[in-house]
Amino acid sequence: MSMPFYVAPEQVMKDRADYARKGIARGRSLAALVYAEGILICAENTSHTLRKISEIYDRIGFAGVGRYNEFDQLRIAGVRHADLKGYSFSRDDVDARSLANQYAQILGQIFTHEMKPMEVEILVAEVGAAMDDDQMFHILYDGTVMDERNFMVLGGEAEAIAERLRESWRAGLGLADAMQAATSALAGPDRTLNAGDLEVAVLGRANGRRAFRRIEGPELELMVPAAPPGSEGEPVTSTADLPPVTDEAP
Amino acid sequence: MTSPFLRPAPDPGPSFVELLRVNDRLPPVPEGDVGARLSVTHGTTVVALRYADGVVMAGDRRATSGHLISHRAMEKVYPADRHSGVAIAGAAGPAMEMVKLFQLQLEHYEKVEGAELSLDGKANQLSGMVRSHLPAAMQGLAVVPLFAGYDTRRRIGRLFQYDITGGRYEEGNFATTGSGSLHAGTVIKLGYRDNLERGGAIELAISALFQAADEDSATGGPDLVRGIYPTVATISAAGFERVDDTEVAQRFRDLVDLLATPDSAAQMGASPTMRPGMTGLPGASGASGASGAVGAEGGPSAP
Repeated sequence: MSMPFYVAPEQVMKDRADYARKGIARGRSLAALVYAEGILICAENTSHTLRKISEIYDRIGFAGVGRYNEFDQLRIAGVRHADLKGYSFSRDDVDARSLANQYAQILGQIFTHEMKPMEVEILVAEVGAAMDDDQMFHILYDGTVMDERNFMVLGGEAEAIAERLRESWRAGLGLADAMQAATSALAGPDRTLNAGDLEVAVLGRANGRRAFRRIEGPELELMVPAAPPGSEGEPVTSTADLPPVTDEAP
Repeated sequence: MTSPFLRPAPDPGPSFVELLRVNDRLPPVPEGDVGARLSVTHGTTVVALRYADGVVMAGDRRATSGHLISHRAMEKVYPADRHSGVAIAGAAGPAMEMVKLFQLQLEHYEKVEGAELSLDGKANQLSGMVRSHLPAAMQGLAVVPLFAGYDTRRRIGRLFQYDITGGRYEEGNFATTGSGSLHAGTVIKLGYRDNLERGGAIELAISALFQAADEDSATGGPDLVRGIYPTVATISAAGFERVDDTEVAQRFRDLVDLLATPDSAAQMGASPTMRPGMTGLPGASGASGASGAVGAEGGPSAP
């Protein structure tokens, strides 16, 4: 009879974390920042149908990076949780903090008890009545929750992008300036992103009951300066300089 | 919230009602004839008619329990989502619950699927809800809604009527439901023309409710004393828009002025309706006399 090899729990956890982190690093990144009228969420995403950013409830938005099928399941679980809670109590009782805690429970549970951790990082954002009431939660593959006030970056190159955003973010940015800050931080010094590479949505304070609104089509093209074609020696596009991947989120 | 991977229950899909069923949260069906034993609050007359840009929906504000008026300011016309509305008549409690569930159902579907239901899909959803309400209707808690919306794919306004078993009937021009529906329907039938303007359609809906209130004790007229007017909403490409109370009040004042003029009153005696498009005739009768008459109209009917 064969005995399974002993593996130290530290090693098991480390292996799982490495596995999850590698999966997440393959996908493209996403930035969220507080601006004057709400929260802007800006993701690098060339697909126009498979979404990374979506609506959970009246004032709550969701975004995920990593494996699409995994964060999409989390998204649907969140919509169900929020709608059930709003139905049972009242719409005002649905808040991002409790939702983030629920997500953390699920992700933590799966990280420790399942064969495979979820290769996702998610954002739960809630726009408040005033800028000080805005909330953003960053939840990692192992259930770690972090709340951030001004901006947040999810995905593979989060460190570098956050560094760039730290320089450009200021309190009370207008929407156009916030968009500019987000796109240039996501692109970095060597690339330019144009409207076709981006998925953008806002949680607007002034949008009425359902604060979530996508910015797409002509409206997005007005705000994101499209790269003039062939204007410089090296025509850089968003996809050309990324390694080819197979099971990356769109 | 349960783990998406470890959920033992069947997957409810994009349906909120199924989600409630899976979580055992659907309201129980009452046992015994509730309507016969207790006085249940009832909502009354609502109307919907098509006009050039879409649909107008309107409903009076009275709720009754037997011979008593239980509420003077009940809302019966609700937005279902951005481009559709639902109006209710019947047992008020279950009706409002049905509207709440219907609104949630549409929004839940839209969020889970990332796309709105088609207008036919929405009408079918409501049909299913009315049908599953049948056991409660058998206990005297019938709910009969109207559904109307702007079909963003076909670019027209459409309206649907239901029966108590969940039967769904698409109507061409107008639909009414509730205790005063017979009178309101007659007024609209006589005054209806194709491609009415917004103003004409609202005027017609308002005069239909006014005449229904005139004949049916359970339908409330405009309450000028308390400033309570029927709910009127338009649904067009611009979405569901509630007509401002000041506009409704002005149109009622015009209607009352018109009806209060002696020659017009004689005309009204002969015909129960009034042509839309008539403007108010501010005459010598004065607003005070008119509002007194209508104030009495808004009050409880004497036994």
